[in-house]
Amino acid sequence: MSATPATTHTAAARAAEEAALRKALAATPRPPRASALSSALTFGWRGMLKVKHVPEQLLDVTITPVMFVLMFTYLFGGAIAGSTAEYLDYILPGILVMSVLFTTVYSGVALNTDLTKGVVDRFRSLPTWRPAPLVGALLGDSVRYLVAGTVIVALGVVLGFRPDEGVPGVLAALGLTIVFAFALSWVFTTIGLLMRSPSAVMNAGFMGIFPLTFLSNVFVDPETLPSVLEAFVNVNPISFLADASRGLMQGGVERTDIAVVLGTAAVLTAVFAPLTTHLYRTRS
Amino acid sequence: MGSTSGQPPLAIEATGLVKSFGETRAVDGVDLSVRDGSVYGVLGPNGAGKTTTVRMLATLLHPDAGSARILGHDVVREADTVRGLVSLTGQLASVDEDLTGRENLILLGRLLGLRRAAARARAAELLEAFGIAEAGGRLVKHYSGGMRRRLDIAASIVVTPRLMFLDEPTTGLDPRSRNQVWDIIRALQAEGTTVLLCTQYLEEADQLAEGIAVIDHGKVIAEGTPAQLKASVGTGSLHVRLLDPDQRPNAERVLTRTLDSVHLESDPSALSASCADADRAAEAVAELARNGVAVAGFSLGQPSLDEVFLALTGHPAEEEQAEEALAATDGRAA
Repeated sequence: MSATPATTHTAAARAAEEAALRKALAATPRPPRASALSSALTFGWRGMLKVKHVPEQLLDVTITPVMFVLMFTYLFGGAIAGSTAEYLDYILPGILVMSVLFTTVYSGVALNTDLTKGVVDRFRSLPTWRPAPLVGALLGDSVRYLVAGTVIVALGVVLGFRPDEGVPGVLAALGLTIVFAFALSWVFTTIGLLMRSPSAVMNAGFMGIFPLTFLSNVFVDPETLPSVLEAFVNVNPISFLADASRGLMQGGVERTDIAVVLGTAAVLTAVFAPLTTHLYRTRS
Repeated sequence: MGSTSGQPPLAIEATGLVKSFGETRAVDGVDLSVRDGSVYGVLGPNGAGKTTTVRMLATLLHPDAGSARILGHDVVREADTVRGLVSLTGQLASVDEDLTGRENLILLGRLLGLRRAAARARAAELLEAFGIAEAGGRLVKHYSGGMRRRLDIAASIVVTPRLMFLDEPTTGLDPRSRNQVWDIIRALQAEGTTVLLCTQYLEEADQLAEGIAVIDHGKVIAEGTPAQLKASVGTGSLHVRLLDPDQRPNAERVLTRTLDSVHLESDPSALSASCADADRAAEAVAELARNGVAVAGFSLGQPSLDEVFLALTGHPAEEEQAEEALAATDGRAA
C-alpha cells in the first residue's frame, strides 16, 4: 500500500501538501469546449486503453473465428465443396464477415458493463457532444473488428487462401465489412441500454446474430436450401455482405451487393444511432 | 441566509422537485436554496431521496414536477449550460476502474476541452496534490477505498467547477481517509467552489456545512444551521459509559431519579439522558458514584445530530436499502 502522507510527515511537509492542494483547487479558467470530433476520439482512446490494459479480451474476438475457419474448412470442406482448398476460397471471405459481425455484440456488452458502474453518470454530466461516448466507443471497437479481420485473413493465407484481387481486394472487403459492423453495432448498443446485465446483452445479441449469420450464404450455396429458407437467405443483408466480400477478394464484385450493404448500414445507423443516443441520455 | 433581493443568483434554487420511480415517490417536493460559495449538507438515511435529488440537479434525471436553477440556469431548459458549471462525484466512485488514475484524469481533461499537453500537466498536478502520484500509473481497480475516493474528487475538479455535488464522499472510508476527504472539502470551499454534500453521517454535515437540509422519504423535514437544528431539539445530553455493563440497570435507576428521558444506547455499557446544565450533570455523576456504579467516562454535549434526526422523524436514521434498490431497478427499466 502506498503510505498516505499524513501520519509520517512533519508539519512542514503537511503545510507543503496543503499548499499543493490549494494550488490545485484554485479556480482555473475554463477551456473552450471540446469539439464533437475531439470528444469522440477521446472516447475511442479510452476504448483502446482498455484493450491495452486487458489484451486478453481480444482472445474473444480471435479464437472463435479461428475455430470456425479450421472446423469448417477441414471438417465440412470436403463434404460441402468437394475439397478443402476449394471450400477455403468460398468460405474465407464469409468467415471474415461472420467474425467481425460477431464482435459487434461486444459493443453492446461493453456499453452495458459501463452502465453498471458509476462512470457513465460522470460522462453524462459533462458538457460534451452527447453521442460522443457512443460514437467514440464504436470507433474504439473498430480496432477490434480490424484485429478479428486480420487474424482471419492471415490464417487463411497460412492455410493456402490466395485471393485473386490480392491485398487491395482484401483491404476493400475488410473496409466494407467494418463499415457494416459499425452500423450493426448501433443495434447492439440499443440492446445494451435496454438489458439489465452484460450477460443478458450477450445472450440476446448472439441469439440474434447467430441465426442471422448462419441463415446467409456465408457457409453454403443457398440453392441447396429448402425454398423458404432460400428466400430468406437471399434477402438477408449478410448474404449481400458475404457476396460483396467474396467479389472484392476474388474478383467480379457486383455493384448491387455493395449498394445493398451500404444502404442497410445507412438505415441501421439512421434508426439505431439516434435511438441509442436517446436511451443513453434519458436513462435514469 | 439566502438573498431576498435575488441579485447574486443562488448556487442552487430548487422548488417542489418531484421524481417517482413506478410507485415509489423517491423525491416528493424538495425545496432547496444554497448560497453561492457555501458548503451545504443534505442529510438523510439511505433511500431518503438524496441521490435522486442530486441527479436531477446535475441534469441526469428530468424532474416529474418542480424546477431547479443552478446559478440562475434552469436544469432542464439550460441543461448544457448547467453541465458546464457543475461537477458530480457519485456514491460509487465514478471513475473508470479499468484505466489508471492518470488516464482517468487525462481523459476528463480532454473531454472538458484541455489540449493534450495541458491535460497531462493537469493530471500530474492533481495526482500530486491528492497524494496519489505514486499510484498514478496503476489501474484504479487496485486502489484502496480512500485513494479511489480522492481520485474521484480529483476527477471532479480537472476543470474547477462552480458547484460540486459530493454524494456520500466518505461512506465506507476509514477515519483517516475520511479526514483527508474533509480537508479537501474545506479547501474546495476556501477556493470558492460551492459544495452540496449528501451524507448520512450527521457528524460530517455538522463538521463541514453551514446549512443543512434533513431529508426523509423524499421530503425536506427540517432546514437550518447545525446549531439551529440542535437548538430545535432543545436540551443537551449527558453520555455515560460504565466499566461494567451489568451495572446498567442500576445506573438507569439512579439517572432516572436525577435527570429526564434516560436512553439506553446500543453499546451495552453506555446510556444517556437529557440534561440542560453542567451542574445537574455533575450531580448525577456524583450520584452514580455514591450508588457504587463504576463510571468509565462521561461527557456532556449538545444533542448529536442522530438525536436531532430521532426528534424530527420519530424514528432513528435507519437503513432503507431495499427501497433504494427498488428505485434503482425501476430507474433502469424506465
